[in-house]
Amino acid sequence: MGSITLQKVSKVFGEAKVIPSIDLEINNGEFVVFVGPSGCGKSTLLRLIAGLEDVSAGHILIDGKDVTDAAPAERGLAMVFQSYALYPHMSVRNNIAFPLKMAKLDKAIIDKKVADAARVLNLTDYLERRPSQLSGGQRQRVAIGRAIVREPSAFLFDEPLSNLDAALRGTMRLEISDLHHQLKTTMVYVTHDQVEAMTMADKIVVLNRGNIEQVGSPLELYKSPRNLFVAGFIGSPHMNFVTGTYAQSKNAKTAGIRPEHLGLSKDSGIWRGTVKVAEHLGADTFLHLDVEGIGQITARCDGEFGAYHGDTVYMTPDETKLHRFDDKGLALRA
Amino acid sequence: MATQNTKTLARLMMAPSVLLLLVWMIVPLAMTLWFSFQNYNLLDPSNVSFTGLFNYQFFYTDPAFFQSIWNTLVIVGGVLLITVIGGIAIALLLDQPIFGQGIVRILIISPFFVMPPVAALVWKNMIMNPSYGVFADISKFFGLRPIDWFAQYPLFSIVIIVAWQWLPFATLILLTALQSLDGEQKEAAEMDGANFLNRFIYLVVPHLARSITVVILIQTIFLLGVYAEILVTTNGGPGYASTNLAFLIYRTALLGYDVGGASAGGIIAVVLANIVAFFLMRAVGKNLDR
Amino acid sequence: MARNVTTRHKISATVAAWIVALIIFFPILYTIITSIKTEPEAIAGFSLWPSGTFENYITVQTQRDYLKPFMNSVILSVGSTILALIIAIPSAWAMAFSPTKRTKDILMWMLSTKMMPAVAVLVPIYLLFRDFGLLDSRIGLTVMLTLINLPIVVWMLYTYFREIPGEILEAARMDGAGLWQEIVYVLTPMAVPGIASTLLLNIILAWNESFWTIRLSTTNAAPLTAFIASFSSPQGLFWAKLSAASTMAIAPILILGWFSQKQLVRGLTFGAVK
Repeated sequence: MGSITLQKVSKVFGEAKVIPSIDLEINNGEFVVFVGPSGCGKSTLLRLIAGLEDVSAGHILIDGKDVTDAAPAERGLAMVFQSYALYPHMSVRNNIAFPLKMAKLDKAIIDKKVADAARVLNLTDYLERRPSQLSGGQRQRVAIGRAIVREPSAFLFDEPLSNLDAALRGTMRLEISDLHHQLKTTMVYVTHDQVEAMTMADKIVVLNRGNIEQVGSPLELYKSPRNLFVAGFIGSPHMNFVTGTYAQSKNAKTAGIRPEHLGLSKDSGIWRGTVKVAEHLGADTFLHLDVEGIGQITARCDGEFGAYHGDTVYMTPDETKLHRFDDKGLALRA
Repeated sequence: MATQNTKTLARLMMAPSVLLLLVWMIVPLAMTLWFSFQNYNLLDPSNVSFTGLFNYQFFYTDPAFFQSIWNTLVIVGGVLLITVIGGIAIALLLDQPIFGQGIVRILIISPFFVMPPVAALVWKNMIMNPSYGVFADISKFFGLRPIDWFAQYPLFSIVIIVAWQWLPFATLILLTALQSLDGEQKEAAEMDGANFLNRFIYLVVPHLARSITVVILIQTIFLLGVYAEILVTTNGGPGYASTNLAFLIYRTALLGYDVGGASAGGIIAVVLANIVAFFLMRAVGKNLDR
Repeated sequence: MARNVTTRHKISATVAAWIVALIIFFPILYTIITSIKTEPEAIAGFSLWPSGTFENYITVQTQRDYLKPFMNSVILSVGSTILALIIAIPSAWAMAFSPTKRTKDILMWMLSTKMMPAVAVLVPIYLLFRDFGLLDSRIGLTVMLTLINLPIVVWMLYTYFREIPGEILEAARMDGAGLWQEIVYVLTPMAVPGIASTLLLNIILAWNESFWTIRLSTTNAAPLTAFIASFSSPQGLFWAKLSAASTMAIAPILILGWFSQKQLVRGLTFGAVK
């Protein structure tokens, strides 16, 4: 079991209200990602759940039990830190075994659990090494190994992939998702990278300035963002925001159209733009355009489309995929 | 709550060292201040009376006082001059690629580990002795009359001995600072066409500035209290020629048995040290914010 | 071209550095050489070739009981250092891992006690020691050296502890380690290198402390500093023996010092230069 409930949780550091008040329900077995720009309070929220910080007000319940005042170790959670926080003076084996030793388990049981975890994480050959002798990805796996042997009710990840290079990050993303499918344990994952959020999460919590902007599945957030912030944050490249007459004609203060929802043509369309930069990624091409009467627009097109710097391109927004926002930045429903 | 407990515990853990240092600082200092206003001689301990500022006046009007202040400044200034300039030069030399760098470093750092009485006695007897010392041997070799260092130049002799002890400290710190200079910065400067002299003036000196400040301030703290070197070489003489403030206070207190006078001198020494300390604390304190 | 210049440059730098190093080291070298000369040789003029006698070492022991001040030096320096570590480790731990707004002020204040000139408190300390019967006692001097070096010990430990990432301690907490286990299994092993260099540097400082050790001891508790200082009056004829005593007084600390030169910079500049 591993459901986590936050009730009116707030955190104040001195004068700064890092988290004004948050209510959140995390169901057992869910993969929940906290995402937001740096300083949005996502790490603080995770540390509050972990018990590494005390809440200023409100309650935290794990499996219905109030753990607000419980020490980190008593909450039955495991955490993977950004720096991995491996014990440098211990071998990989002892790193993984450490929480079990703290729980005073039998040596035979410890050995078996460590061996199992090592097998799952492909660490069997490295058990006697020190963390300093491992690569970044291996260290990451040791940190995860240390977390899984405890069989926690939930895993907490604090930006675990941010110290890895791009290629490794992709691999580790898959490994963590895979792990979640195998273990079916609740995972709470903090990242500033919306790609990580979209690819891994069952449920995304978008945070901004300590407030929850929206909670939903990746596709819900993608299809119907509740406000401008979420609309701009989720999706890559970012959604284009258009104000002025075009938006007014759609009865909105701001109209939002994703780069992939623009129909492109070399000879006709309702908007006409000049290509400033064309980013050829192979399968796709991102065009950054100057559009008359609209401004800067990013469009995504097929790699075969063949547009280059200085070319003129016509665009037609797909009106069924148009997002409309009112003057408070909230989404208008059709 | 969890972290509240930690905080209380943290205070408890800090308590012993804070309390000990507090007592160790306040009790003796308060006593010194109290004694400095008393007429108190150890030879006549039953006859203690309040004298107001007499001790300060007595100390102030003693010609030895001004000489000792002057001598203190000469020792501090002289040693600083030799160690900082010498330290920069040697540090620059050791920063070059050298065969046997490890051994050279060990040889150069060694004098710092020599206890002051040994350093002073070795220099006094083996090096500076007018009849048998190495300096005398060198003078004789060139047909010159050997110099009687401690009779003719007592203060300068002490400066040399103390500088020999502290030169390794300055060298080691400046070398450490020099080695922390970013290699890419040097290469960038080279690409920008800066020659060795330019690199030294525009890159190395500004980089060393803070370390030089630290060397000067820390050495000053220790140099204000030079004691053993004087005790075993000149014993402050001839006359008061090599008596510094620390030595004068020791003489007044334990040779003259004048508790009041020595305490007044002690308070003056505290004031002097505090002026230096003020600047040192600022230099070190800045580093804490990093 | 560049390579040739480098080699020539390296050779000239090497020659210059060795000359400077040998000049600076010369007084120590000459003391060691003189210690294995006979007394007439010692004053017979400059010579780097001793007859190689070890008689002076034996004489220093038999006539002046060298072993006693040596043991005092060991007891005082090691004792005061361990005492200082016991007091300082919890403080430094607290300051590094549970810093408050006042932590910095406390650290600076501790440092400021180090700047109090010793002579300023000579009179009251001397009188207090006399009244409590601590003059010429090992306990008195050990306490004295402990207090003198406590600020440096706290500072050094603090700078080492601060380098231990807080996340590791949090990880230990998440892993179920209590405070005690956190200290035993995680903090201590990670702090041992720092504690060791603090120990080393402090032993050196305590061993060489030459104001209080000379003034507050006479015979029973006198360490090597006071022992050597007592050689200051008799001149000339005892140089070889003085050299032997000096060599023995500095040799152990010289060797310790060679091992700790990197930490020395950090310790003596209170972390301002690393």
